[in-house]
Amino acid sequence: MSNSTPATDYTLTELLICAASTAWIDDGEVLATGIGIVPRLAASLSMLSTNPDLMMTDSEAYMVAEPVPVGKRNGYEPKRDSWMGFSRIFDNVWGKKRHAFVGPTQIDCFGQANISCIGPHAKPKVQMLGVRGFPGNSISHQNSFFIPNHNKKVFVDGEVDMVASIGYNPERLPKGYSFDDIDIRLIVTNLCVMDFNGPNKQIRVISLHPGVSIEEVVDNTSFQLSYASDIPTTAAPTVEQLEIINRVDPNNARAYVIKDNPLGDRRKEQA
Amino acid sequence: MNKCQTAQQVVAQIKDGMTVGIGGWGPRRKPMALIRELLRSDVKDLTIVAYGGADVGMLCAAGKVKKVIYAFVSLDFIPLEPYFRQARQNATIETMEIDEGMFLLGLKAAAMNIPFIPTNIGLGTDVLNINPEIKTIESPYSDGKEWVAMPAINLDVALLHVDKADSRGVCQIKGADHYMDDLFARASKQTFVSCDELVESDYFHQDPLEARFVFWERSETNAVVHIPGGAHPTSCDPMYGFDVPHFKTYNASVKSDGGWQSYFDEFVQCSEQEYLEKVGGLDALKKLPLPVF
Repeated sequence: MSNSTPATDYTLTELLICAASTAWIDDGEVLATGIGIVPRLAASLSMLSTNPDLMMTDSEAYMVAEPVPVGKRNGYEPKRDSWMGFSRIFDNVWGKKRHAFVGPTQIDCFGQANISCIGPHAKPKVQMLGVRGFPGNSISHQNSFFIPNHNKKVFVDGEVDMVASIGYNPERLPKGYSFDDIDIRLIVTNLCVMDFNGPNKQIRVISLHPGVSIEEVVDNTSFQLSYASDIPTTAAPTVEQLEIINRVDPNNARAYVIKDNPLGDRRKEQA
Repeated sequence: MNKCQTAQQVVAQIKDGMTVGIGGWGPRRKPMALIRELLRSDVKDLTIVAYGGADVGMLCAAGKVKKVIYAFVSLDFIPLEPYFRQARQNATIETMEIDEGMFLLGLKAAAMNIPFIPTNIGLGTDVLNINPEIKTIESPYSDGKEWVAMPAINLDVALLHVDKADSRGVCQIKGADHYMDDLFARASKQTFVSCDELVESDYFHQDPLEARFVFWERSETNAVVHIPGGAHPTSCDPMYGFDVPHFKTYNASVKSDGGWQSYFDEFVQCSEQEYLEKVGGLDALKKLPLPVF
């Protein structure tokens, strides 16, 4: 069995990591920032396979020459290339050489995303983090989104409660700007992979995870999606990819991302 | 020149309604002993400016805050700050919620003594709708674009914590990141710095590398307060990590009636010496592991 052979046993989270890792393939030499376990492991996988030119940090204040394994280091010492404190992160962001993969709480049909609060900002029902770096990220560089629970509360009707990141909304386009100034790449969910290459930047389903129907995706999304009549199945992780993921996640933090850590092909789960 | 003062002396200079910037980031290198002193005082109606953590939460819980200027308030490993969340959901505080980078530019503008810095950050988002005081401008040049004129965030006081300082106000941060502390120091009329260790000036002269960890001139430092363990329960890399069990206790307190009052009675309404003893002593504090991600 060659290393590029699709694996037969893999978890849904491992499938999502591999799907998300495709986001950086054509990016060249940019800083890959994956916030959360799946995006971080996806960036790590990409740097160790499809795009070795990627740059990453140690999630603290240094650039590293290779991805730092998640969690307990067991003697591993990060290979620090340079200092990269928070003030310098903004220099990088504004220089546009970055592709962030983040996990918003809400996304709307324009790709506008929210991590600030639920309900009206003046008196929120739920205060979350605040807009953090979303406004600057979204108008500066490539961005992708990870959603571990694809449902209508995440993919909302109308606009998100607090537009923290700019999307492809013609009503909100600032003077002198075009959709070319915004670059949202992928949305990877527990059901499917989507991009923004439908008509007029409409969100488009580009692959369904094994055993998932387009009806389930549509039923769990509050807005219209674009999709072809024949949608491919998300590629299974290869043996090599699983080996790399194991290396960058030796403590198996990925097992706790999705409840009960289901199999990648849900039909096997039911069998 | 000797800039050494006590925590009581510096906090006595903070008046009702002032704008107070707090250095550090989330649960990292916050001047918590100075915050505790502020919590003990009668000061109120403050505008707090911070990359926020429990500093913001505690000041909100104690009713010291009129307004918070922030991009996030988080304890990191506990994503949502309990008392900030409570204050927001009860709408007891005013806000200026902005992007982390806009925040940097606001401090930078204040530090440069200019009214604003143009940026594209915030365009197309609700940041501009919830903050009508942030204006957009037309470019005077040929790009033909609209720009956000990020206003200066002028501070009356900045409160910072560093590893080492001397009595002249030369401050050293050896931790991996000095965050925006240099900008806080420059954006404020008065900067009060607590330090874990008060050193002789010779300390900085032993190796040029020591001087490389000094991020602002001593002219930006108005007072130095020697408070060992003064960042606890936040971290002071490389001296100590943040106190996870303590933060968990603090976070859990929000769920019980009178939770803040119990926390306040136990950990604020006492001297710093008593505080250190209650949290296990300075030796134990210095052994708190630095976080690994």
